[in-house]
Amino acid sequence: MENTNTKRTVLVTTVCLLVLFALVIALEQMIAPTSKWAMLLTVIKKGSVYALVAVSMNLLNGFTGLFSLGQAGFMLLGAYTYAIFTIPVENRTAVYQYFDGGIIQFCLPWIIALLLAGVVAAFFAYLIGLPVLRLKSDYLAIATLGFAEIIRAICQWDKLGPITNGSNVLKSYTRFNSFKIDLGGTTISLATLAPVAIAAVCILVIVLLINSSYGRAFKAIRDDEIAAEAMGINLFKHKQLAFCTSSFFAGIGGAMLAMFAGTVQATQFKSAMTYEFLLIVVIGGMGSITGSTLASFLFIAASEWWLRGLDMGKFLGIEAPDIFRNGFRLVVFSVIIMIFVLFFRKGIMGTKELPDLFKRRKKAEKEAAE
Amino acid sequence: MSNSILSIENLQVNYGGIEAVKGISFSVPEGEIVTLIGANGAGKSSTLRTIAGLVKPKGGSITYMGEDITGKDPTTIVTKGITLVPEGRRIFPDLTVKENLKLGAYTRKDDLTDDINWVYDLFPRLKEREWQAGGTLSGGEQQMLAVGRALMSRPKIMMMDEPSLGLAPLVVRGIFDIIKEVNKQGVTVLLIEQNANMALKTAHKGYVLETGRITMSGTGAQLLADESVKAAYLGT
Repeated sequence: MENTNTKRTVLVTTVCLLVLFALVIALEQMIAPTSKWAMLLTVIKKGSVYALVAVSMNLLNGFTGLFSLGQAGFMLLGAYTYAIFTIPVENRTAVYQYFDGGIIQFCLPWIIALLLAGVVAAFFAYLIGLPVLRLKSDYLAIATLGFAEIIRAICQWDKLGPITNGSNVLKSYTRFNSFKIDLGGTTISLATLAPVAIAAVCILVIVLLINSSYGRAFKAIRDDEIAAEAMGINLFKHKQLAFCTSSFFAGIGGAMLAMFAGTVQATQFKSAMTYEFLLIVVIGGMGSITGSTLASFLFIAASEWWLRGLDMGKFLGIEAPDIFRNGFRLVVFSVIIMIFVLFFRKGIMGTKELPDLFKRRKKAEKEAAE
Repeated sequence: MSNSILSIENLQVNYGGIEAVKGISFSVPEGEIVTLIGANGAGKSSTLRTIAGLVKPKGGSITYMGEDITGKDPTTIVTKGITLVPEGRRIFPDLTVKENLKLGAYTRKDDLTDDINWVYDLFPRLKEREWQAGGTLSGGEQQMLAVGRALMSRPKIMMMDEPSLGLAPLVVRGIFDIIKEVNKQGVTVLLIEQNANMALKTAHKGYVLETGRITMSGTGAQLLADESVKAAYLGT
């Protein structure tokens, strides 16, 4: 019986994904770059990137109970790895203008560079995990936060300029906007599909991991370390696994952010960025993938789109240039977040996932029918 | 004398400079219920935690089925067939009853269906609560879950750290019935308790632990009848 259930789940997931992808492609064709809905595409692109990183952070903070604040550091590693290896050779002299074109004189296909971004982030996570994962809660948070800052400082170091371009911008590598296919003369842009598809596949992998016996062990460690150890779960091994996996996807997320923005600079990846993800994870619900994903899109939509008017003098039809000026958006945003934290302690979803919601409705229907 | 499945030789455990266990020796015969009783701080929990591999001993040896397992890591020890039901139950509160049980068998890679059904037969109450989060169970049910979870690893020895802690007298009796039942199914039980009365009535063999040393040993009935045990632990 369980077998047919898994088959059904696989089928439903595949269909949902395909419908989602088709919808994204259709949206992209329908919305002209000049229309006022163009912002929706930006929100979808950036939201997917944020969703992946938020889910990867949730894997660590919400599912394994490791309070880590190193996400921005791992994203930076991913973004730099991706950018460095995908700048076309002919553009290198322009990008590395202060460093004689840099020392790397080759260019990898984007998908390999993307995977490499994850691998580099995971490798650093492994090294850092060796000493740091023996710490707990606040101490782990401080140590990982410190690491992220160190990485940022090292990337900006002049001596590494031939590789990282010092504190200068890396640019003209493969971006989301360069994804398109030719169909009998008409070009169909895949600039929105690319981030959605990559994020969907990565999140799916994380979901599979969480539903496996490893995922169960992660949750056991979160709930009670001593009991988990008494059950024969090797604490260090599993923490290291969660930490490396989370960093791998944070690295990919960083690379995607680079593909989205078109330029990479170490100063982007401040600890403030980690806090954005922490906020998303908390608002969405610690221990809910659906929550993190949903919260990411809401967060991006609110900060990039819906609340923009607060900075521009006009919001919801009210014109008040004295109040609605630069920075007011952030004030309103902070208030919204405070309300969330006060009234929705467990976040939007708590620890529930999307299928749980349908399950409950089915049950309620059954009860109503009886 | 039946052959002992587990024997402890001159075990010493230190926490920093504090000597918790000062060289104790005892043995657990196969298929029996053995209890260690003693007051707070006598070193009972430290002894169990050391056998389970959670704490590394300072000296002495632990032999299990003729094999030295001193200082091995918990994963190895669980795999070999020794499980600990930790003090205060320590079930996983946010996971369902079924997930809790599956985690008990974490070191095993084979099919668990039979074992889950076996545990549900022992504790029908857990079957009713299969999809409930562990934290929503009552204290007695949580203790059942903790025992069930430990049994999922198919242990040869189940070690229990104060199973009666914080439970009502009637529930405690239920727990001891379970212990006897589990023992009847062929699992050796090493039990530590402050509730000396219940523990000694249940156990085949008992040891009295005082400030890190074994001061007395005998069958359960012998210790129950002993004047000094009565005065110190039974309150009569």
